[in-house]
Amino acid sequence: MSIAEHPPAAGGHRPGRSDLPLEPEMHPLVEHKHDLVSVGDAIGSVVLNGRHPRGWWIGFLAGFALLQVLAVSVCWLFYMGVGIWGINVPTAWGFAIINFVWWIGIGHAGTLISAILLLLHQKWRTSINRFSEAMTIFAVMCAGLFPLLHMGRPWFFYWLYPLPNVAGVYPQFRSPLTWDVFAVTTYFTVSLVFWYIGLVPDLAALRDQAGKRWQRVFYGLLSLGWRGSAIHWRRYEKVYLLLGGLSTPLVLSVHTVVSFDFAVAIVPLWHATIFPPFFVAGAIYSGFAMVVALAIPVRKWYHLEDFFTDHHLDICGKVMLATGFLVTYGYFSEFWMAWYGHSLYEWGTTIERMFGPYGWSYWCLIFFNCAFPLTFLWSKRVRRSPFWLELICLSALIGMWFERYVIVVTLTRDQLPSSWGRYSPTIWDYATMFGSLGLFLFLFFLFLRYLPMISITEMRELLPKKQGGGGGHSIMENAP
Amino acid sequence: MTPSPATPVGHPHGGAHHAADDEPKLFGLLAEFPDADALVVATRKARAEGYTLMDTHTPYPVGDAADALGFPKSEMGVVMFIGGLTGACAGFLMQYWDNSYGYSLNIGGRPYLSWPSFIPITFEMMVLTASLSGLFGLMALCGLPRLHHPLFNSKTFDRASRDRFFLSLEAADPKFDLGRAKAFLQGLNPSSPVEEVFE
Repeated sequence: MSIAEHPPAAGGHRPGRSDLPLEPEMHPLVEHKHDLVSVGDAIGSVVLNGRHPRGWWIGFLAGFALLQVLAVSVCWLFYMGVGIWGINVPTAWGFAIINFVWWIGIGHAGTLISAILLLLHQKWRTSINRFSEAMTIFAVMCAGLFPLLHMGRPWFFYWLYPLPNVAGVYPQFRSPLTWDVFAVTTYFTVSLVFWYIGLVPDLAALRDQAGKRWQRVFYGLLSLGWRGSAIHWRRYEKVYLLLGGLSTPLVLSVHTVVSFDFAVAIVPLWHATIFPPFFVAGAIYSGFAMVVALAIPVRKWYHLEDFFTDHHLDICGKVMLATGFLVTYGYFSEFWMAWYGHSLYEWGTTIERMFGPYGWSYWCLIFFNCAFPLTFLWSKRVRRSPFWLELICLSALIGMWFERYVIVVTLTRDQLPSSWGRYSPTIWDYATMFGSLGLFLFLFFLFLRYLPMISITEMRELLPKKQGGGGGHSIMENAP
Repeated sequence: MTPSPATPVGHPHGGAHHAADDEPKLFGLLAEFPDADALVVATRKARAEGYTLMDTHTPYPVGDAADALGFPKSEMGVVMFIGGLTGACAGFLMQYWDNSYGYSLNIGGRPYLSWPSFIPITFEMMVLTASLSGLFGLMALCGLPRLHHPLFNSKTFDRASRDRFFLSLEAADPKFDLGRAKAFLQGLNPSSPVEEVFE
């Protein structure tokens, strides 16, 4: 489908009063001829006229069922203690940290899309930023669950914070684990603020569009009485832009700190300076995989292909291709440094990692993360095919989970053979892991049901001027 | 063409005015425009005319409208900078004081003020407080949240979040005179008759 934004007769020159430099856009970011009303209706009606496709019910009920699995396993954990998991010396972290890092990494794509792409003027982000910010918040919730459960006595979680107490214990600010507490808390709070501020004008739009009284009250309260004042908009845009600027280093710092949890230790193959960038690239890789894996079915169920176009799939595929290669370079670098560094322990652990008792997981990682996705993502036809891209995204999600698994089971074979051991997860490890997936899906499908999954306001800004929109203005351009 | 009813009627955003009330107080006038450019032109004219207490209401940000209202730059940068700086200082001092005096921890003989280890938390605290001061500063400066605003009494104002661009002139403006202001707004070619909005 083509859009009338650049009729052939215009010769690439956009008429209108816009004093901005003209930028050629190769692909339309909004398909069909939408106007301000139709954009609001297409996105808002999903929320307001609650007829939900069968896919929504399947996803929601699957999430709800898995949430019950989480509830049972958490209750059993609180009753019995962390002994129900397969953790023990030497692998005392196990699934808890694997899932923590996996979930936090998935969350990072949301911030990347909403903040970094905002600063880079990538207007295609508009279709997916709301959606992926929501994903960030739910993923960070799932991530935060694991360290809390792993604590053994989660009701003392507030000991993590430097609160005055008489317990005789206090956070040690030189430890990456304490940094992690601050990083993840900040990350969750800032993501929530960023998401909510972005939502306020849309909630006001829903308030004014709503037919039922409870909807007007619900969205009216949430929209804080927003009335679209130009002065408010100017402040709003400035805050939004600055939050983007703050979130950009924040997202890098969070996964850097997460990688420090490993890299500061002296375990062979953990103690490496490649870890921070390698972790950040992996986070973005898995995060984009999750965004696309969710977006492909959702846009089909709700008929939102006009907003989330095949062109978007193509771009996301390219981002995954780039970050996938960064991750692959990380694996190569680990291997290379172990060999070139002539460290007995590093090289020995590398061989154990590839051919030891857990060697199968290393090759799963290489297949799911590198071999399969990075072979096919080169093809534009694959990147634009929902089916194949979905398959590749699921593969990358599995692969990134195995990456953390491989890192954590390194603990089974460290420098001293007398301290070697084995690690195997129990049914409760799996129950908690899939249960957290249930929590994520449950929250995500509730979000689809009650909040606009695409930013109505930003979509309206993106519309060409003669269709009533802002002529492709983005937040940056109005915010002195 | 005297379109607006002299007495306000019920509106969709919360009950009608009580009949027992005194004469409803005029909040101001509301003019509706079909697109952002028309609104900006009208706002400039209204400002040139000498009106100061006015506002525009649009479904998406229109930077030129804020300029035309005489609000070229927002205060949020300063607010968030001060918030962030406060958080960074507080975060650093918290770590220094806690680990040196409040609860001294000797970790491998490192100095109490081992400042490089304190940078990550200082940074996170900076981001946290800057963001929260952005959120709360935005709400405080905009006077939000508020449950009601006289403009919501208007019957057409719900389109301000949809597809119309509004200019409102407040009756509290020293230059405001109902007859003249109404004629002035009507002369700006609004897409529907100028509406009187009551508090």
